Amino acid sequence: MKAAQHPEEAAKFVANDARAHWHDQALWFVREKRDRMAVSLPEWEELRNTASQIKLHTVSRMADYLEEFERNATKLGAVVHWAKDADEHNQIVLSLLQKIGAKHIVKSKSMLTEECHLNPFLQEHGIEVVDTDLGERIVQLRDEAPSHIVLPAIHIKKEEVSETFHEHLHTEAGNNDPNYLTEAARNHLREKFVAADAGITGVNFAIAETGGLVVCTNEGNADLGVSLPKLHIACLGIEKLVPKAADLSVFLRLLARSATGQPITTYSSHFHGPRPGGELHIILVDNGRSNLMGSSQFRNSLKCIRCGACMNTCPVYRRSGGHSYGTTVPGPIGSILAPSRDSKQHKSLPFACTLCGSCTDVCPVKIDLHHELLEWRGEIRKRGQLPMSKTVPMKLTSWMMQSPWLFRFVGAVGRWFLRHLPRWAIYHGLNPWGKQREMPEAPKQSFRELYQIHESKKASDE
Amino acid sequence: MQVALFIPCYIDQLYPRVGMATLEILERRGCDVVFPSAQTCCGQPMSNTGCASDAKPLAERFLEIFAPYQYVVCPSGSCVSMVRRHYDEFLEGRPGFEELKGKTFELCEFLVDVLKVDSWNGAYPHKVGLHSSCHGLRELGMGKPSERVGPAFNKPQRLLEMLDQIELVKPQRPDECCGFGGTFAVAEEAVSCMMGGDRLRDHLSAGAEVLTAADMSCLMHLQGLAKRKEMPLQIKHIAEILNESEAKS
Ligand code: SF4
Repeated sequence: MKAAQHPEEAAKFVANDARAHWHDQALWFVREKRDRMAVSLPEWEELRNTASQIKLHTVSRMADYLEEFERNATKLGAVVHWAKDADEHNQIVLSLLQKIGAKHIVKSKSMLTEECHLNPFLQEHGIEVVDTDLGERIVQLRDEAPSHIVLPAIHIKKEEVSETFHEHLHTEAGNNDPNYLTEAARNHLREKFVAADAGITGVNFAIAETGGLVVCTNEGNADLGVSLPKLHIACLGIEKLVPKAADLSVFLRLLARSATGQPITTYSSHFHGPRPGGELHIILVDNGRSNLMGSSQFRNSLKCIRCGACMNTCPVYRRSGGHSYGTTVPGPIGSILAPSRDSKQHKSLPFACTLCGSCTDVCPVKIDLHHELLEWRGEIRKRGQLPMSKTVPMKLTSWMMQSPWLFRFVGAVGRWFLRHLPRWAIYHGLNPWGKQREMPEAPKQSFRELYQIHESKKASDE
Repeated sequence: MQVALFIPCYIDQLYPRVGMATLEILERRGCDVVFPSAQTCCGQPMSNTGCASDAKPLAERFLEIFAPYQYVVCPSGSCVSMVRRHYDEFLEGRPGFEELKGKTFELCEFLVDVLKVDSWNGAYPHKVGLHSSCHGLRELGMGKPSERVGPAFNKPQRLLEMLDQIELVKPQRPDECCGFGGTFAVAEEAVSCMMGGDRLRDHLSAGAEVLTAADMSCLMHLQGLAKRKEMPLQIKHIAEILNESEAKS
């Protein structure tokens, strides 16, 4: 697969100025809602600290907590499976479904199953998978990937939703009324819920102490999806673990506020074992996570609770759209997670960032996102994946800067050129700075020259 | 009080007046200011591009050059954050390094925290927009970022508010990044310019006549955009505003 490069994809998104601005505004709106909700809790920064510490502690004792979780979940009657990667995960799901001859599946939003490319895999095996989160269903009908982990269809306008629904659900053409469209989706999904042979959900929090699971949704679709069919498969990335039920009081307050600016998600559904007469299978998925656990540089990224706040605040994400990242999880956290799987393919992502640090300040579990992105840049350089167009100029600049006279000389020559060269020699295709920006005006004298004049004047005044 | 000026390479070459303004402000406050002429660049461009091995010799030189002085002051939050937040990887444990971190200040920080300036003898009768540059704001903690919860403060703003007749305008997005980001400005030209354009428009619609910041690199990018678009906006480093207003009075 050709490596996805962020700058080119982003430039395409930015080229449609109206759309890029509309996208930016839509996400900024969510970020502002989040701000209002955060300040309504004076203890916000303490909550962030606590959440961060709980997560760090969990990561440091992951193996113990996973075993504790497995014991307790099994006691409650669930069956726990372990998957080391996406393939194993998909195989387990398939065999569970085949065992009961399931043909129609409803799934509530799960970024993990996206990460494992479960949908196409099941479809290849003749199993219909319907995503039941409204946004997910919209992107699924359009045969697109989600562009955001919490707001999967944030890049799609309501007029476009109307067209999609008209085509697939036979709604009235040109009717853009959100109520009408939501109603249509609801009726369509209801049929799918009733006909489902099994329900798949993601998991927001798994509690080691109790063996219970918590799934947060705003539409209640996770509950519906697992209440009708007998089989519930819960797909769980191992980083979703928390030690105690009491920890939920910290995370549930942080999650929804950070994600959408709600005090709490509309539904926080707790599952403790299978429902009467039903089956609950929990798949614990590693898929590269334990590599991160062993890395002192990037371990922090395992604290992520997938709230999406870093995307909403990221000025680059807002203007380049989620698809420009070419990964399941886009934005700042995605730009850390993706290269840890395949740094060659995703080498442009740690550079798709101004290092402004807004993500670090917004993150409810205090991941130092922009510092990890900087670390990744160094790592990509070390692995020899940085293009020469970056390494060579940096080598040359460093060499020049180690010698003050050379720096003075190059500076003076550069300024002279900047003042005397004709416009065409400065503004051309090889100068990306000058495409939309003027170059700075070059002064005749540098600071060090002015300083010398200043000093000799001072000396003669004395 | 002895102060060594740390003038970032691009300010030395392209914005000498910002360096001079810094010098004059400090001298007027009785500091004994020197400019160690062996200095060149702090190494941030290399470090930010992932080329740490190219930044290391510059960090070592920096320590050697500036270690002898009582204070190091620089009119750029970004370059100071390089020293204070990112030199550890190169200089951890070297003699004089911990002290160096403790005595290196961005200009506004130095005025507020070390010189304890609480009034400014000067007037600046203009509508001014302050761009809070990210590295100063978040890495150096020169203000409270809008994402954080807690009491609001902003050191550059505090200084500007001391000027008579100044009117500070409020952009809609208080501390959005301008899109410069070092080599980002070139590598991600499209997003960078869109961010800068949005920043300028936000300040313009808040009524700014002059746009300022404690970092000339952000301003270089914003000025380039504003000039190309012929926007009615003057761009000045905060040292220039402080110095002009004081020198006039
Ligand atoms: S990194 Fe932090 S802000 Fe981003 S999704 Fe994860 S928890 Fe949320």
